[in-house]
Amino acid sequence: MSPVLEIRDLSVDYGNLRAVHNVSLTLNAGEVLGLAGESGSGKSTLAYAATRLLQVPGKVPSGEVLFKGQDLLSLTDKQLQVLRWNEIAIVFQGAMNALNPVISVGAQIDDVLRTHRPRMKRPERTARGRELLSLVGIPVDRLGSYPHQLSGGMRQRVMIAMALALEPEIVIMDEPTTALDVVVQRQILGQMMRLRETLGFSVVFITHDISLLVEFSDRIAIMYGGRVVEEAPADEIYRAAKHPYSQGLLGSFPALRGPRRELKGIPGSPPDLRSMPSGCPFHPRCPSAMDVCAERMPSLESVEERRRVACWLEGVHV
Amino acid sequence: MTFLLRRALFYLVTLWAAITANFLLPRFLPGDPVQAMITKLGGRLNSDAMASLYILFGLDDDKSIWEQYVDYWGSLLQGDLGLSFTFFPTPVADVLSQSMPWTLGLVGVTTVIAFLLGTLLGVYAGWKRGSWMDNLIPITTFLSSIPYFWLGLIAISLFSVTWPLLPASGGYAPGLVPEFSGEFIGSMLEHAVLPGITIIVSSVAGWILGMRNMMVTVTAEDYVLVARAKGLTQKRIMFAYAARNAVLPSISGFALSLGFIVGGALLVEMVFSYPGLGYVLFQGIGAKDYPLMQGVFLVITLAVLVANLLADIGYLLLDPRTRREG
Amino acid sequence: MNFKTKLGLGILAFFTLIAVIGEWIAPYDPSAMSDDLLSPPSGAHWFGTTMTGQDIFSQVLVGTRGVMVVGLVCGVLATFLSILVGVTAGFLGGAADEALSMLSNVFLVIPALPLIIIVASMLPSADTVLIAGVISLTAWAWGARILRAQTMSLRRRDFVEAARASGERTWRIIVFEVLPNLLAVIGSGFVGTVIFAVMLQITLSFVGVISLSTWNWGTILFWAQSNQALGLGAWWWFVPAGLCIALLGTALALINFGIDEYANPRLRKVRA
Repeated sequence: MSPVLEIRDLSVDYGNLRAVHNVSLTLNAGEVLGLAGESGSGKSTLAYAATRLLQVPGKVPSGEVLFKGQDLLSLTDKQLQVLRWNEIAIVFQGAMNALNPVISVGAQIDDVLRTHRPRMKRPERTARGRELLSLVGIPVDRLGSYPHQLSGGMRQRVMIAMALALEPEIVIMDEPTTALDVVVQRQILGQMMRLRETLGFSVVFITHDISLLVEFSDRIAIMYGGRVVEEAPADEIYRAAKHPYSQGLLGSFPALRGPRRELKGIPGSPPDLRSMPSGCPFHPRCPSAMDVCAERMPSLESVEERRRVACWLEGVHV
Repeated sequence: MTFLLRRALFYLVTLWAAITANFLLPRFLPGDPVQAMITKLGGRLNSDAMASLYILFGLDDDKSIWEQYVDYWGSLLQGDLGLSFTFFPTPVADVLSQSMPWTLGLVGVTTVIAFLLGTLLGVYAGWKRGSWMDNLIPITTFLSSIPYFWLGLIAISLFSVTWPLLPASGGYAPGLVPEFSGEFIGSMLEHAVLPGITIIVSSVAGWILGMRNMMVTVTAEDYVLVARAKGLTQKRIMFAYAARNAVLPSISGFALSLGFIVGGALLVEMVFSYPGLGYVLFQGIGAKDYPLMQGVFLVITLAVLVANLLADIGYLLLDPRTRREG
Repeated sequence: MNFKTKLGLGILAFFTLIAVIGEWIAPYDPSAMSDDLLSPPSGAHWFGTTMTGQDIFSQVLVGTRGVMVVGLVCGVLATFLSILVGVTAGFLGGAADEALSMLSNVFLVIPALPLIIIVASMLPSADTVLIAGVISLTAWAWGARILRAQTMSLRRRDFVEAARASGERTWRIIVFEVLPNLLAVIGSGFVGTVIFAVMLQITLSFVGVISLSTWNWGTILFWAQSNQALGLGAWWWFVPAGLCIALLGTALALINFGIDEYANPRLRKVRA
């Protein structure tokens, strides 16, 4: 498997607060990489930093984001603009305000084609728009509809159709189904994964709902307090998560397959950027915290093949 | 269409309220200024003119208020607004129809220019937030705090008195007769420059500030982020996504503040003795010419309501959410 | 609080002080005539004199009070009206809301200036307080409109719903749950109304429909205009009063920016 996107040692600051700490992650061709964590864990910030969509005052003080060997962070604005959506498309949370309320969905899809495929004629673009809608199961006559005329699920499908307009290499899904009901959620994700098999793009799937990740992704990275605390193949995380936070996260969502488990949340609440605990940021909420946890942050180490954990409980940290 | 129907209904109610206020004011405020005027003019009023003034200002005490109200509407619907004392014996309706085109030309055109210019500058100021454009805010705030008429005075003192570049008063050079000729139109435009610029400078700042703040708010919306992620050009994001949405509240603001802006613009006419409704109103104040003042109020209200309706139609075209679901 | 807000408050405090002590520190009686006819600014007359030799500096000082009093009285009256109408409409909803919204929109759309000119010129004695009352009657609508929208969004919040569910009286919910959350909006509406009232009063004085027996910045401009100060090149006659108006207006606008930025964090200056 060859990597299509490599994040190396990436940090993100908001003013003088660090939101993401030296994260390294790799997305391989054709793979679905899940990114999990509670709100404020830095998972979305990481994705926006990697695609250079951070809003002011967000800044990237260090790190590289290699797309096929090319550092996205050092591209000129023009190069970046060409690469966007052509290679990396993003599925935003469509139920929110991701679609412009005063422009028809057709025009919002057409926008992409007009900018990136200047040679396409209007009828070709319209045909492509129809094709994209039918790809995600929306009646093609909805092309002229405005976002407020569509249901939440339909809006989300429009977002997906839009993301696939240029057949990108990578699709980043940021909480794509959070506002939808469970049945629609699974329909849409299932459809997305079938499209991935036919079209062959790679996916970064960001959500707080780890049960969805277990079901739909190949590999999962779990973030806490701006750091990756555990990374492993999805089934191994599900079978035997090593980091106490991962275990807690798994315990807080109902599993859809496998044996039924008792649901329990993680006590306490995610840390605030302004008052990060010393040492391992998870130690105040950790059921197995030790003295060392409050003093020093454990580094992310390989514990097995294809598996990394940042926890003092793991033997490698002696 | 329900949107437009509702709005039209609202404007009718507003018009009714304005007319009724006009009817009630002279009847319920103390004093009888019109009676005094009629006495002063004495025999120079003919009986028809006298009758219409009685109806308009409620001097007919024998009739009940309801009968007076019905008569009042009857007069209005015939276009009878009474006689002007200032321009005696010209009917108010004639005075208004002569000055109306001047006001429409000057105030109408400059208000639209100020709105468009201010909105465009506001779009840039909001988009370039955090750059040097932010320093323009205190300046525009200061400009928007200057009363229109005072800016007019300064303009006259600088560009007509100190450096006599442009005419300070009137709508065209004295001696010319209004006609469709190059000379007359040239003179008309020359006379419109100072008052026009005065209105634009003092009203543009408000639009800049309003639009800038809307842009700042809209730029933080998700769909603008999506537009950036889509790799659209800066220009396209700025206009099709940010400004396109930010301009909607600006248009409703435009409609609602028209009454206020037109008031300010009327003062500019007064300062420049521009032959429009504002100057007519000013002359009416000096002469306590109530028929004329009330006539000006009605005509201006009507014009503002029509402009509001036009703004609503613009809004309707720009915002699909107000259209009926198809 | 940022620099802009502080600057605004500083200028406002300065004018408030002048409004209080202006009459005592004025070097001359503003109405007293002298032999220094139409003299430009000098050591004896800082802002020069009028056609009849009146000291313009004293007129500006003494006139500040009239301006500030009308601003304050209108601000209070109109804000009270706007809370009454706006919060009631937003909180009650339904037909009451429809009627009250229509009322405030009617007041917003009708051009206020010509209407007030008619009313003021019909009044037998248009003194300061009466004019303040008339201005307030036209100035409340904008605030009511904004307060209504804010109240409507507050009404759906959990803490208000909870208070309703627990059977609290409506007026208690409004006073203790709703109003405290509207303070920023009310404050900004108040400041906006003061600007509006000050401008309107000065305009009415300038046009000559308000009694000219008391001094304010507008009356100074009225006399300047009616005595052809422009044609005579007596710039000192109308420049100081106009600058004071613009300064006071700017100060109030700056204070309003401060309130807006407090209420809408998106408008705050980006930290570098």
